Amino acid sequence: MTTTSSAEHTRRDFLFVATGAVAAVGAAAAVWPLISQMNPDASTIAAGAPIEVDLAPIAEGQDIKVFWRGKPIYIMNRTKKQVEEARAVPVSSLPDPQTDQARVKEGHDQWLVVIGICTHLGCIPIAHEGAYDGFFCPCHGSVYDTSGRIRQGPAPLNLPIPPYAFVSDTKIKIG
Amino acid sequence: MSGPSTYQPTNPALQWIEKRLPIIGLVHSSFIAYPTPRNLNYWWTFGGILSFMLGVQIVTGVILAMHYTPHVDMAFNSVESIVRDVNYGWLLRYLHSNGASMFFIAVYIHMLRGLYYGSYKAPREVLWILGVIIYLLMMATGFMGYVLPWGQMSFWGATVITNLFSAIPYVGESIVTLLWGGYSVGNPTLNRFFSLHYLLPFVIAGVVVLHVWALHVAGQNNPAGVEPKTEKDMVPFTPYATIKDGFGIVCFMIFYAWFVFYIPNYLGDPDNYIMANPGVTPAHIVPEWYYLPFYAILRSIPSKLGGVIAMFSAIIVLAFLPWLDTAKTRSSKYRPLAKQFFWMFVVVAVLLGWLGGKPAEGIYIIAGRVLTFCYFAYFLIVLPILSRIETPRAVPNSIADDVLAKYGKKAASAIVALVLAGGLMAGGAQSAKAADEHGGPTPPSLSWSFAGPFGKFDRGALQRGYKVYKEVCSTCHSMSLIHFRNLADEGGPGFSAAQALAVASEIKVQDGPNDAGDMFERPGRLADPFPKPFPNENAARAANGGAYPPDLSLMAKARNYDRGFPQFVFDFFTQFQEKGPNYIDALLQGYVDAPKDFALPPGAYYNRFFPGHAIKMPKPISDDQVTYDDGTPQKVENYAKDVSTFLMWTAEPHLEARKRIGLQVMVFLIIFAFLMYFTKKKVWANAH
Repeated sequence: MTTTSSAEHTRRDFLFVATGAVAAVGAAAAVWPLISQMNPDASTIAAGAPIEVDLAPIAEGQDIKVFWRGKPIYIMNRTKKQVEEARAVPVSSLPDPQTDQARVKEGHDQWLVVIGICTHLGCIPIAHEGAYDGFFCPCHGSVYDTSGRIRQGPAPLNLPIPPYAFVSDTKIKIG
Repeated sequence: MSGPSTYQPTNPALQWIEKRLPIIGLVHSSFIAYPTPRNLNYWWTFGGILSFMLGVQIVTGVILAMHYTPHVDMAFNSVESIVRDVNYGWLLRYLHSNGASMFFIAVYIHMLRGLYYGSYKAPREVLWILGVIIYLLMMATGFMGYVLPWGQMSFWGATVITNLFSAIPYVGESIVTLLWGGYSVGNPTLNRFFSLHYLLPFVIAGVVVLHVWALHVAGQNNPAGVEPKTEKDMVPFTPYATIKDGFGIVCFMIFYAWFVFYIPNYLGDPDNYIMANPGVTPAHIVPEWYYLPFYAILRSIPSKLGGVIAMFSAIIVLAFLPWLDTAKTRSSKYRPLAKQFFWMFVVVAVLLGWLGGKPAEGIYIIAGRVLTFCYFAYFLIVLPILSRIETPRAVPNSIADDVLAKYGKKAASAIVALVLAGGLMAGGAQSAKAADEHGGPTPPSLSWSFAGPFGKFDRGALQRGYKVYKEVCSTCHSMSLIHFRNLADEGGPGFSAAQALAVASEIKVQDGPNDAGDMFERPGRLADPFPKPFPNENAARAANGGAYPPDLSLMAKARNYDRGFPQFVFDFFTQFQEKGPNYIDALLQGYVDAPKDFALPPGAYYNRFFPGHAIKMPKPISDDQVTYDDGTPQKVENYAKDVSTFLMWTAEPHLEARKRIGLQVMVFLIIFAFLMYFTKKKVWANAH
């Protein structure tokens, strides 16, 4: 070993580095499926396809809760008063400024569709409760208004709006 | 692991830890500085290979447990949904199921190596006994793991093996009830087997730690069987043993990958692709190949209790080996008689394995008894006598002398012998499965586009096959594991998502309840499974003269026929996996007039290829029954071939991905093996 020339050293070093590098690539490639399997499987993805919801049975002032991809979606048929309240608030005073118009579909202003998961830590807020006649989260006291916007409490953001569209005046497609 | 280490890290932070917990020193003294005999051959790499396999089994097993449901109604389908829906689920499942076989192949080689070189002799008796305990734990773990997919062989294997305990006098029945948690194998049994199957590998890992500890106290044995005397006899574990073990592991991985990617069901039993049915026992119950020698011993003894005792004794006797063989010379290299008897023992064990896969009748029973006697005679008669009468050849003075002496290269021929032996055993199991399905010619082997290492489905055949299934088969047969979305999957019939949705929306699916509490019908969605022709099994039987048309999802993997010796050995090399489609194709064309002397039961039809020939399904298809739009002749032979192709896809939907990734893995592993080989040569150049 003491008598090996420097040229041999380089050749050996190259072999060692190459073997090590190939081993590292192999290990990384082997880890990929082990991690990837944790993602939603094909049946979960297929079950998360868009759903259609009939709005006809929901009277003014009422709301329903439907599930899409395992998440509760509140669909609220707001009263005139509730819509006016939501629109009377100066947007700049809100923790997460957003107009009510931006949170509903034009021409369907009475319909509020929000994902009913508190943006604080994921509890389900109760509809028609709290100081703003919107939603109240019992876990840590976050209060949302009639537009589902955060008004009070620890939650940082408004209730998110799921992707949806009106298929007809009385039917929406979520997803 | 042998005593306090003198190792001192140079990094101050590591020194701080080392003073409080000398773990780095432990690793250093056990796996880096640890002196290992310099004359170890490649048979000694199987310890490293086994550690690697234990790791693979634990990692893939923990992942499979994330997706598996241990419930009698859901277990079978949850395994299928792992294979079909989970990302790389097919890979993880095949790694785990074939990993068990690889684990046993490696452990058998490891044990035979210990037997040949006398590794059980003083001072390594405890090391050897710990090994026997690991082997017993492996058998228990492997058995319980095999039950989890809840196929026919799972269920009946569980029934037969647990019934072994009923042989115990007086308390046997109570013990079996205790094991089952019921009056038969059922949901409580499955649940506890799942729990224990998860637990035992960690127990094995614990005993492996003890095994390695004992090894590092006694030091490794070596092919010369002489204890090291000087520094010159040894080389440090790292880099010498690590690189050699690493090379051994990579070579083993190539062998492993061959099974996983190209012949994943070669060692499995087709009956296990049929869901467990407590009312019907498969014609021929065969355990997994690694239990076959012991199964043969069990069946050789014409008494229930005697058979069970003989079977367990066959394993327990190993633990007494250090005291049965008292010869001073360790290695059989220097024991001319012991060497010959060793190879005779290997042949006996392999033949027992082959017999274990044969039906227990006629000559097989006599052969089984003779071989059982030989098996025990080796341990109880041959070895004790040999240790007294044999005159060994002179052993080398030291390990260094052994390295210098030129010894014959017998490893290669031994490997060939072992591969052949293993093939014989596996094939014995295979041929047994079809052995008593007496009758009928063997289905002809057709050429399939999806066969071989580069196989791909013929899209046209899949689409035509789907049409045949939909218009003909689906009137009686369900296909519960296939969903409309699968029609658009990569590697499938190649429908677009829109086409698949159009197919789905043609059917009506009952859904509900709605707000009023009523069930209602809606058009099918991509996420819906193919509709069932009958609401339940009883309705299906009532409409089909008492016969139940089986679900077709897995049919192409659940049917089998005997290929015979030596064909099954070639099948390993040619990657033959197309028994199912060959059989289905032949069956659909196999309707002929019954021979005059054949008593056809009422309501049955004669089929050349159906086991027993009397099939309840009338000839399902004739020429021109299904319209082909692409100009393919509308003949029964084309219908049969197309629908068989389609059924192969429904049974193995990720076949194309498997073979594609398999090729990448193989190319990678071969390049890596070459690199490891040259690195190993470089490293060892200094030691020779």
